[in-house]
Amino acid sequence: MRKGQYRFVAGFLFIPVALYLIFVIWPYLQTFGYSLTDWKGQSQTFSFVGLDNYTALFQDDIFLKAIWHNILFLLFIPVITILLALFFAFMLNAGGRGRAGGVSGVAGSGFYKIVYFFPQVLSLAILAVLFGAVYRSDSGGMLNGFLMKLGLVEESSPVEWLNEPNFVLWALIAVVVWHGVGFYLVLFSAAMQAIPRDIYEAALIDGAGRAHTFFRITLPLLWDSVQTAWVYLGIAAMDMFILVSTMTAGEYGGGPDHHSEVMATVMMRNFLLYGRSGYACAMGVVMLLLTLIVSVVMLRATRRERIEF
Amino acid sequence: MGSTTAENNEPEAPDTTTAEGVGRRDLIKRSAALGLITVPTMSFLSACASGGGDDDSSEDAQGETSKSNPFGVKKGSKLDVVIFKGGYGDAYAKAWEAAFQEKWGVTSTHTGTQEITGKLQPRFNAGNPPDIVDDSGAQQIPIDVLYKNGQLLDLAAVLDAPSIDDPAKKVRDTLIPGTLDAGMQEDKVVALNYIYTVWGLWYSGKLFKENGWQEPKTWADFLTICKEAKAKGIGGLAHQGKYPYYINVAIMDLIAKTGGLEAMKAIDNLDPKAFVGSDAAKAGVEAIYEVVEKGYLMPGTNGLTHTESQTRWNQYKAVFITSGSWLENEQLKQTPADFDMKFMPMPLLPDSAMPFEAIRAGSGEPFIIPSKAKNLPAAKEFMRMMLSKEWSTLFAKEANSLTILKDGVDPGVRLRPGTQSTVEASKAAGDNTFRYLYTEWYSEMDTAIQNASNELMAKRIQPAEWLKRAQAAVDKQAKDPDSKKNHRD
Repeated sequence: MRKGQYRFVAGFLFIPVALYLIFVIWPYLQTFGYSLTDWKGQSQTFSFVGLDNYTALFQDDIFLKAIWHNILFLLFIPVITILLALFFAFMLNAGGRGRAGGVSGVAGSGFYKIVYFFPQVLSLAILAVLFGAVYRSDSGGMLNGFLMKLGLVEESSPVEWLNEPNFVLWALIAVVVWHGVGFYLVLFSAAMQAIPRDIYEAALIDGAGRAHTFFRITLPLLWDSVQTAWVYLGIAAMDMFILVSTMTAGEYGGGPDHHSEVMATVMMRNFLLYGRSGYACAMGVVMLLLTLIVSVVMLRATRRERIEF
Repeated sequence: MGSTTAENNEPEAPDTTTAEGVGRRDLIKRSAALGLITVPTMSFLSACASGGGDDDSSEDAQGETSKSNPFGVKKGSKLDVVIFKGGYGDAYAKAWEAAFQEKWGVTSTHTGTQEITGKLQPRFNAGNPPDIVDDSGAQQIPIDVLYKNGQLLDLAAVLDAPSIDDPAKKVRDTLIPGTLDAGMQEDKVVALNYIYTVWGLWYSGKLFKENGWQEPKTWADFLTICKEAKAKGIGGLAHQGKYPYYINVAIMDLIAKTGGLEAMKAIDNLDPKAFVGSDAAKAGVEAIYEVVEKGYLMPGTNGLTHTESQTRWNQYKAVFITSGSWLENEQLKQTPADFDMKFMPMPLLPDSAMPFEAIRAGSGEPFIIPSKAKNLPAAKEFMRMMLSKEWSTLFAKEANSLTILKDGVDPGVRLRPGTQSTVEASKAAGDNTFRYLYTEWYSEMDTAIQNASNELMAKRIQPAEWLKRAQAAVDKQAKDPDSKKNHRD
């Protein structure tokens, strides 16, 4: 390329980079700046307090609890979602047997594929309302109503799903998994369809069963997609704000008694309700760092040699 | 790609293309440079949370003052009104604005919204707030936070101005006594809590009649009704479990009525013996726990939202529910026509300091004037007119609720049964009213006590532990240097 062209290309690249710097990087820097102050959030008067907010942060039981909950989400949400999505995708694409000639999904797989995708078209807000009705704590709730019909739960003492310290996190994980499986199923399906059929047929001829085909052929060839899914789900697990704040008890959720608190809900409460915005900014910075670390670790940990086909 | 093709791929006509190519390239250079300059400047203004606050005072909007125009409203100026559009709607405010325009020739920009924080926080930070705000609802900006940031106008000027109905009196003397207290920060009134609210228990007159029950005056009678109800498969007490604010109304009312105003002030003033070591607090919380322990709660009520549990109560699934007097308006659609909604004070525990008739009563729905408002004269006049009989009646008609103006509603306005019963209850209470202020002063302590109550109602902690946790919340708040400034006598 000639000299002028570099300038020309740079001219086009400049705008996106500038937008990114201004709307993403600059707010991060600002947040970091505010996190060193005692800003109260409603005006521009504040003073510099150094790292006090960060010191306080790591003595704040509620925030530490919230980090722990995010870590639990981080462990369970990606694992459960990816395993289920992989299993279903495999059954839909290569799990069928019995028909002559080649590899296909189980009977009716086209139909299932559409059905699995349904939850994905719902927005998180609708999801919260929907599962609010599922987990409702009296006989009007779907789960409670069902269990009462079966006689497993007494009408006078229904299960208060989202008000049980031991249940609430699982109830939330179930919502996220239900919502996410369909999308990753489609992602994995697309990747599976790109795998040449002769490989499967060769395996079949060699006498490989379903399990063997899956672990020896499908999974290794899907690794890139799984890695992507892992990072996306990991980031979602670090957030969880919408579901927790709308479904669980208390202002900005987190109830009962902080048992479902995540970093984002603690941050919002401090920022908007308690007027401790500088402190909340420190939480934001910690969230950013943790999310970055998680992404890097996940990408590193799942890195494998790429198989060309 | 225009310039690249022009220069590289058209060598057969070099003379013309070069000239043209340069021209196009100039254009692109220029537009790139434009992007360089415009994009950053525009977003530096809007994107940074700390956009410089310009101290554009209200001088443009200052008109001549006179006896009938004490603040100097300027004809033709503009007023920016933001109203929380919740249970009371915002039709009343539109009616006010129309009346205001007619009288003063001041046009209003009206915003009715539930997202007070989302819409206004950036404006406060940028030094560009509206002129008058109904700062209410779940997403209100806490008054204490706004005050600490110097964003609120001291309303003394409005309150000391002559009343519209009777110019011989000051506005502040035409209000129900004590109703300004809730808007105090340190010793200034910075928020006008406009709606007069009473808190307590609610029941269905119809259900009571059918079962031959009488309004229980003592806690023992209350428990007897709960017991009879339970035998019939009806829950005794319902509360809005997802928001423990409501059950705290019951607990705190019992504490205040048992221990008297002293017990209440001990909590507001962050006394080291507000809960642990206070007999009233112990008696109050144990009384509520008795309801839990005996199974008199409506099944599942601990996990329900306010609408869910209130609707269940409207369906006769529970006898009593705790709430403030907005309940009737909030449940208009769900209430059966013959429900006959009734309000009653909290029943008494033995050896109570206050009589049965005593109620928590006070003002809610804070209206504020930002100190950096652009049209202060009109905002002050607007607030003065809110406290006239005409506008107060307008409010009662549109929003089905009372205001803090003494005798503020024309007798011609007919009230619904629930609202009517609150009027009677507050007449019976007379001077025996009380009002906690810690909820306005200390959001964090309030939240901590609410969490403890949630645990208590779910039987996960006992009253002794509740007292400890509530006291810990008080002690923690007392350590905050800012809390030294709030005190009530």
